[in-house]
Amino acid sequence: MSVAETIGDENSLADAEPLLRVEGLKMHFPVTEGLFMRRTVGHVKAVDGVSFTIAPGETLGLVGESGCGKTTVGRCILRLENPGAGKVVFAGTDIAGMKASEISKLRQDVQVIFQDPFSSLNPRQKIGSIISEPLRVHGIIKDPTKRRERVAELLRICGLNPRFADRYPHEMSGGQRQRVGIARALSVNPKFIVCDEAVSALDVSIQAQVINLLEDLREQFNFSYLFIAHDLSVVRHICHRVAVMYLGKIAELADCDELFDNPRHPYTQALLSAVPVPDPTVEEARSHQILEGEVPSPMNPPSGCVFHPRCPQAIETCRREVPELQEFSPGHMVACPVVLGK
Amino acid sequence: MTAPGHDRFLGLRITPLTRRRLRNFRANARGFWSLWIFLALFVLTLFAEFIANDNPLLIRFDGEFYAPVLFTYPETAFGGEFETEADYRDPFVAELIGEKGGWMIWPPVRYDYRTINYDLPVPAPAPPSADNWLGTDDQGRDVVARLIYGFRISVLFGLVLTIFSSIVGVAAGAVQGYFGGWTDLLFQRFIEIWSGLPTLYLLIILASLVEPNFWWLLGIMLAFSWMALVGVVRAEFLRARNFDYVRAARALGLTNTMIMFKHVLPNAMVASLTFLPFILSGSITTLTALDFLGFGLPPGSPSLGEMLQQGKANLQAPWLGITAFMVLSVMLTLLIFIFEAVRDAFDPRKGVAAAAVAAERTLDQPAGEAAS
Repeated sequence: MSVAETIGDENSLADAEPLLRVEGLKMHFPVTEGLFMRRTVGHVKAVDGVSFTIAPGETLGLVGESGCGKTTVGRCILRLENPGAGKVVFAGTDIAGMKASEISKLRQDVQVIFQDPFSSLNPRQKIGSIISEPLRVHGIIKDPTKRRERVAELLRICGLNPRFADRYPHEMSGGQRQRVGIARALSVNPKFIVCDEAVSALDVSIQAQVINLLEDLREQFNFSYLFIAHDLSVVRHICHRVAVMYLGKIAELADCDELFDNPRHPYTQALLSAVPVPDPTVEEARSHQILEGEVPSPMNPPSGCVFHPRCPQAIETCRREVPELQEFSPGHMVACPVVLGK
Repeated sequence: MTAPGHDRFLGLRITPLTRRRLRNFRANARGFWSLWIFLALFVLTLFAEFIANDNPLLIRFDGEFYAPVLFTYPETAFGGEFETEADYRDPFVAELIGEKGGWMIWPPVRYDYRTINYDLPVPAPAPPSADNWLGTDDQGRDVVARLIYGFRISVLFGLVLTIFSSIVGVAAGAVQGYFGGWTDLLFQRFIEIWSGLPTLYLLIILASLVEPNFWWLLGIMLAFSWMALVGVVRAEFLRARNFDYVRAARALGLTNTMIMFKHVLPNAMVASLTFLPFILSGSITTLTALDFLGFGLPPGSPSLGEMLQQGKANLQAPWLGITAFMVLSVMLTLLIFIFEAVRDAFDPRKGVAAAAVAAERTLDQPAGEAAS
C-alpha cells in the first residue's frame, strides 16, 4: 500500500480529496567549489523524500529540531524553492513543475506567515501599504478607496485598530507586527497558509493570542495550515495531525493526540520526553530519554535509517535499509523497522 | 489626525528615523555650517551671469530700460555706428549712454570669464588691483570672474556625474545582488576587467579623436565612474534578498522588478548614500586634473584645473596658483565636512547615542508622544 493511499483512506479529515498532496518531495542543495568550473562536491539533503497530505480545513503540524528541513518543505510548497524531485499537488495541479509564469495564481491560493515579525515587514513601508500591495498587484481590488476599506477590514479581522494602517512597522510591538503579517497573508484570500514558525519568536502570552487568532481564522475561512514549529505544546494545541521530521525525512505521522499520547518512533519518544512537565514533582519523577551524539550532517547522512546512530533501539537492519513510512495502526504512520516489526 | 511620532520637514511627512537623522545632522555644527556655506556659494555661482559679466545688469537709455545681461542689443540701439553687439566696457558706448542722461547698473565684477582686459597697465598676468581683484591670468582675463564660473562648472559637473553614475551603479549592483549566481559572477568579472582599464590613457586617446566638451567628458568619465557604487549596492542586495519581507513579497506574487525597487532598494539607499560624497569630490578632482593636463574642457572654458596649470606655468604670478588652490581646497573641504556629517547622521549606532543626548535635552516635552 502506498503512502499517499494510506493517508487518504484512513484519516477521517482526509477522506475528501486532499487540498495538498506532497509526494516524495526532495530538495537537495548542491555544495560547490571553484570559481569558473564549479564542481559539485556534494549535496545538502535538506528534504529527502517527504510525503503527506492536507485536507481542506485541516492543520498539519511539522515538527523537528533545527536543520531537519521543515522550513524547506514549506518553501517548496510556496515555490520559493524549486523542488528537486517529487510532486506537490495543490488543488489538483502539480505545482512542483510549474513554470514561473503559471505561478501567479498559486500566489493567491498559498500564503505564508514568517517566524520573525521584525524582518518579515519592510521597515520603510506603512502597514496599509504592506497589506494593500498584494491587492494592487493582483488587481483584486482596483479602486483605492475600496482597497483602504479592505485593509481596515483585514486589520480588524486580525484584531488590530484600522488606524494602524498609517503606521510603520517599527512603531508596533512584535505581536502587532505578527498580526500585520497574518493580515497580509489573508489579503489575497488564500486557501492554504504555511505558518513557518509563526509564533516561535513571540513571548508566551502573545503566542497564545496569535494561536487563538489563527484558530479563529481557520474556523471562519476554512483555511488549511501547514504549521511548522518546534514547540510541541503549541503544535498539540492547534494541529489536527502532526508529522515529525528528522534529517529531511518524516519519522512519524499521526493524529495529534495519538502522537503525543502514544509515540512510536524512538525519535518522537525522545523528542516528547524532552518537553518539561510544568509540575516539579512529576518532572522530578519522570525519566528522560536523552539522545546521544549530534545530528549528523545532512550532506553526509548515515546509511539506512538516518536516525540509527543515535537510536537506543537500533538493530542491524537499521544500518542497511532505509525504512519506509508505513502504517502502524489506522492513521498512525511510522518509519521504523523495530516498531513495525513488533 | 496625523499618527503620533510624525513630523514634517519641507512639507513632507517624515518618519521618526528621518527626524532623528536630521537632528543628528544639525547637531554636527561643522557639517551643518559647511552645508549652508556651500549652498550659499553654489547658489551664488548659479547666478554667475549676474555677478560677473561684461554686460551691465540694467541700462536706462532714452527713457527706456535695457537688460543686456539677458538680451543682446546692437550698438546702433544706443546711437552707435556698428550693427554688432554693443561693447558696454567701451568708453565710447558709455559716453553715448551718458549723453542721453542714461545710466548703467553693473554687476560687482565687470568681467565675464572670457573678457580680456586690454587696458592692463602691466603685461598679463597682471597682479591684483582695484579693477581685477585677484589679478588676471596670462591672457588678461579676470581671475575672480573665472573662479566664479569655474566653481559653478566644477560643481555642476560633479553633481551630474554623481547622479548618473549612481543611477547606473545602483542598477548594475541591484541586478547582480538580487539575481546572484551566474549573473553576478559574470558581471563581477566584467567589472574587474573594466576597472583595470587605464582611464586616463583612454581619456587622452579619446580627447585626441574628438574635441571634448562638457557632455563628452561626462560620458567618458561615466563609463568608468559607475563602478564605484556597484560593490556596496550589490552587497546590500545580496543581504536583503534573503530577508523575510522579500520572501513574503515573492510569495505574494510581486515581480522581481517590483521587489527590487519597492522593497530592497529603499533599504539599500543608506549604504549607497554614504558613498555619494566620495564620488562627488572624486569627480570634481578628476575634472580638475584633466583640465590641468589639458585634456578636459575645451580651451577658454572657465576651469580651476586650467588656472592651476597657468599658476604652474607662471610662478612669477603666485595669485593664480594660490587662488585656484584655495578655492579647490575650500570646496573639497566643505564637501567632505558635509558628507561626514551626513554619514554620521545615517550611522545607526551613532544615531542612538546622539538621540539619547537630544532626548535628555528635551525631557520637558509633553509625554503625549510616548503614549500612543
